[in-house]
Order: sequence, then C-alpha cells, then structure tokens
Amino acid sequence: MKNEGKRRIWQEYQKEIPNDHYFYVRSCIRQNFFPASEVMFLKIMKDELGKDIYENEYHTTCSGIGYHSDVVPLETTMTVVARQFALMTEAGYENFAASCITSFGLYSEIMHTWEEFPEVEAKIRENLWKATRREFKTPKHLAHASDIIYKVRDEIAAKAKYKLVNRHTGKPLKVVEHIGCHYSKMFPSKGVGGAEYPYVLTGMVESWGGEIIDYPERRHCCGFGFRQYLVKANRGYSIANTKKKFDSMEPYHPDMIITNCPGCPYFLDRWQYAIAEMEGKTYGENGFGIPVFTYEEVASMMLGYDPWDMGLQVHQVSAEPLLDKIGLPYDPAKKYQGLHREDLGKPVKPGCLKVY
Amino acid sequence: MGKLYEKLSQDIRFQEGMNACINCGTCTAICPAAEFYRYDPRQIVDTIQRQDEEAIEALLKSETIWYCGECMSCVTRCPRNNAPGLIIIALRSLSQELGYFTESEKGRQQLVLKRCIGEWILKYGYCVYPRELSFENHPEAGPVWKWETDNLDKVHERLGSNLDKPGPGVLRKIPQESLDELHRIFEETGATERYEKIEKFSKEKAGEMGLSDEEYFIKAYTFNNQRHQREE
Repeated sequence: MKNEGKRRIWQEYQKEIPNDHYFYVRSCIRQNFFPASEVMFLKIMKDELGKDIYENEYHTTCSGIGYHSDVVPLETTMTVVARQFALMTEAGYENFAASCITSFGLYSEIMHTWEEFPEVEAKIRENLWKATRREFKTPKHLAHASDIIYKVRDEIAAKAKYKLVNRHTGKPLKVVEHIGCHYSKMFPSKGVGGAEYPYVLTGMVESWGGEIIDYPERRHCCGFGFRQYLVKANRGYSIANTKKKFDSMEPYHPDMIITNCPGCPYFLDRWQYAIAEMEGKTYGENGFGIPVFTYEEVASMMLGYDPWDMGLQVHQVSAEPLLDKIGLPYDPAKKYQGLHREDLGKPVKPGCLKVY
Repeated sequence: MGKLYEKLSQDIRFQEGMNACINCGTCTAICPAAEFYRYDPRQIVDTIQRQDEEAIEALLKSETIWYCGECMSCVTRCPRNNAPGLIIIALRSLSQELGYFTESEKGRQQLVLKRCIGEWILKYGYCVYPRELSFENHPEAGPVWKWETDNLDKVHERLGSNLDKPGPGVLRKIPQESLDELHRIFEETGATERYEKIEKFSKEKAGEMGLSDEEYFIKAYTFNNQRHQREE
C-alpha cells in the first residue's frame, strides 16, 4: 500500500515542543478542582527530570472563561494575555507553558490573529503599555502542559515503577483518552496529531503500557459549554453531552479515562455521579464508575507516588479499582486525612454510585 | 450594507469566521448544541450571509444565539473555513452592545455570568475561586466536593496548594499590584464598559418585568421555560 500521502499529512500535525525552560501559567479550574495535578506536574518536571519550569505569583487568569461566557471582550482578553507574555519576557523565558486548554486555545487564537492582523497586535501593545507600562515578546514556543509530558513520556516510562497493565491478567489496560476541544479543534496544527488524530494522550498511554479504545463519540465534547454549565438553568446540555459519551464508550469496557483539559475530568467524573443518582445507571464494574484522571495523575501513578499525594481522594468516582489493577499501594486509612494526619471526617456515600 | 451587518463585519471574529457558506450543514451535524437544543448553526450563518437586517435583528434578540457551547467543533469540520462558533461570539457581543440580550431568557443570563465569573476575575484574579462556590448551587459536584469545601483549607494544605497565601503556587493570593493592573486593563479595553452595559440593560429589563434585582438574578440563574430543547 502506498502511504506517502498519509505520512505527509501526519507530518503537518507534528509539533516542535522544547523539552526544557518554560514559563508556566496555571489554570483557574484545575487549581480549584485538581490542585495536586499542577503540583505533581512541577514535581515531575523539576524533581524527577531536572527541568527548568518557572512560575511567579504575578500571573493571573487569562480571563478565558469570562471571554467564552461572552462577558469579557476580546480586546480585554488579548491585553490580559499580552500581560502574561510580558511576565514571561521579563523573567527571561521564550517558551510558554499553559496548564489550561481554554487558555492554550486562546493563546493560539490570539497569536494567530496578531499574525494576520498586525495592527491589532500594535493596538494591544499600546493598551498594555497604557495600563501597565509593560512590553512583551510573543513566545517562541507555545505548549500546553500535556504537550510537555508527551514530549518526556519516554523519560517517565524509563523511571516508571508501574505500568498501565493489569497485574492480574498481564494485559494492557483499556484506556479512553479525551482531548479538550480547544486543544486542537480550532487550530489543528497547534496540537500533536491535529484534530482528527490527536496523539498527545495516546502517545503517553502507549508509552506507559496501555491500550487505547477507539469508540464512536471519542471526539465529542465533554459538555462543559461554558455558560451551558455555569448557569444552573442550562446544565441539562452539559450532562446530556457527557452521557452521550459514556453510552458510546460503555460497550468497550474501559478501565479508565485520561484527559488533558481542566473541565473534562471534572465533568466526566461528577456527571457519572449525577447520572447514577438520577437514573441508577453506572458505567464501571460492579456499580462503580469509570475512574477519570488527569495526565499528571497518570504520570504520577506510573512513577509510584502515593495516590493521596496526587489528589485522587477529591475524585467522586473511586480510583481504587484502577489502583488495584496496576498494583499501586494505598492506605485507605489515610485517604481523608490532612497534612498532619488529622482526621477530616469522610464524605457521605452516594445513594447509587458505589465508592470505596 | 445594513447597519447591523456593518457592525458585525467590524468584528475580527466575524472577519475570521465568515467566508462563503455553502449551506452544507456539516457544522450542524457535528454540533453538540444542535443535538440538544433547537439550534442550527447552518441557518444562523445563512441568515447573516443574506444580510437581511430584520432577520439579523431578530437573531440578536433571540434565544438561539445563546445555545452554542463555544466548543468550536464546527471550526474543524467546515469545508470552507467558516467558523460558526466565532460568528456566534460576534453576535453575542453585538447583542450586548445594543442591549438586545435582555429580550431572551438565555440572553438575560449575562447578568449572572458578569456578577460571578466577570467580577471574580477582578476581585481574585481567577475566573473561579473556591470560597465563592456553594454546594447548594452545585449539587452535582457530589458529596466529595461537599467534604472538600467543608475542609477547604485543610484539603488544599494536604494537596500542596498555597490557598490565599503570598508567593507562587496553587490558588495563591494574587498580589494587589497585579489585580490593579487587571483593573486598569479592563478600564482601558472596554470590559468595564461592557460590565456597566450588562448591569444597565438588566436593570431596565428587571423594571419592565416587575422584578427586584435579586428576583431577576435568581430567575436568570435558575429558570428554564422548557421550550429550548429539541424534541426527542
């Protein structure tokens, strides 16, 4: 079979990702709902792999959720983003790493717009100077944090103590990968593998021993939809879209889900609880849910960190069935303890969804 | 060229997103909102393409422009490089500019979004801030979230956050000088003006509907007339 054409197309969706020296900006959603994932990202990159990832306290939200809720105008968001670039420039960095997919999509969109409309970039520079007396260079390389973990996936695999393999059967775990929409649907060339065949999470899973499930609604949105979740009256949209994905993946019996977007792991986790409570329907084995993870959590599991250090206790769907499959030890007595081993009580058990 | 179409064409999202629609309907086929709501991005793009001012005004006052989730799945699929999702953002901006957003139930939700996400950005430097989230407003967040919010400081301490403290890290207290810069950016670039417009037009509408500010806000946040969804 001749496949030069396919190879050429695939080449267009490769992305140059530096493996070191980044200015790091955080995600609003992840800091609220998966705080330990960002902590683990820095720990893995700095302590495990010796990379230079720098952050400072002066960066803020990129205003992206405000922009996509249509309350913050584009010119404002562009100037807030320009301020983040100024902080990077002032710190002496050229590579910019975003923890958030909404931010990553916006940064990509804004840099693209500035290339097409230089007069807009000039206006934003003027705005930023007037408001803050700052100046900036646009990043030489823009990466999402998952791009960077993808880039170092084999370095992580080389140090890994565990694999995405069922220790009881010796078979690879069956993994659903879910890519955030704004990672590559708007600018396919900015994401590893483009929009049709995003490889950023698949590459990690393959490198760490797992097997990817290809299911019909693999590329469907998780259902966040910004205002469609943020406003209580609209949440039917959000849960309906998540349910569509779960109904589609269910026949393939996934062991776990890996995600690279701030909102997706939250919705794929929490809506499983809500669907169970509303309809008595569960998607995992024996009345449990399908555990949903961030890519940093999965990397941390491979490296053998304590599950409660990486924040798995704040998931609503229990991670323990997956931990048992890969053989990563955990102490149930410590799950809901504070830093100083103080007892913080326990969450109430859901009515339908089974949890540990 | 009509006035509304002219205003839309000044929006850079419109310039980027509106090329020549061939009415193929691919955007509608791929759209998560079109599957859930009575929503058809193909029709919206076609309406605008026709430059019919009355129809565009009706759109700006309609429920339909607020159904999109801005996932941008349509951008990937359009065979002619249109971006219905970007056109929607341009329509929503203009609807707020002209005060038309208060004519629809979904448009009136802008007040909620301004007072939550919009104000949190300026107050905390984050779009979302955990002490502002209540379990009552988010029952779907589950009992784990209830436990987490009941023990917020301790859970964040356990997980390595720097909640409300100086220096870098998760949910650090963003320095006042950085918040001041955000304020000045918002003043300089139109966000403050947008916020004021949302408040002004919402206040007028609340008066027209005979509702207090609080009643109007709660209604915007919770009320659903159940006529938005596509029939099964």
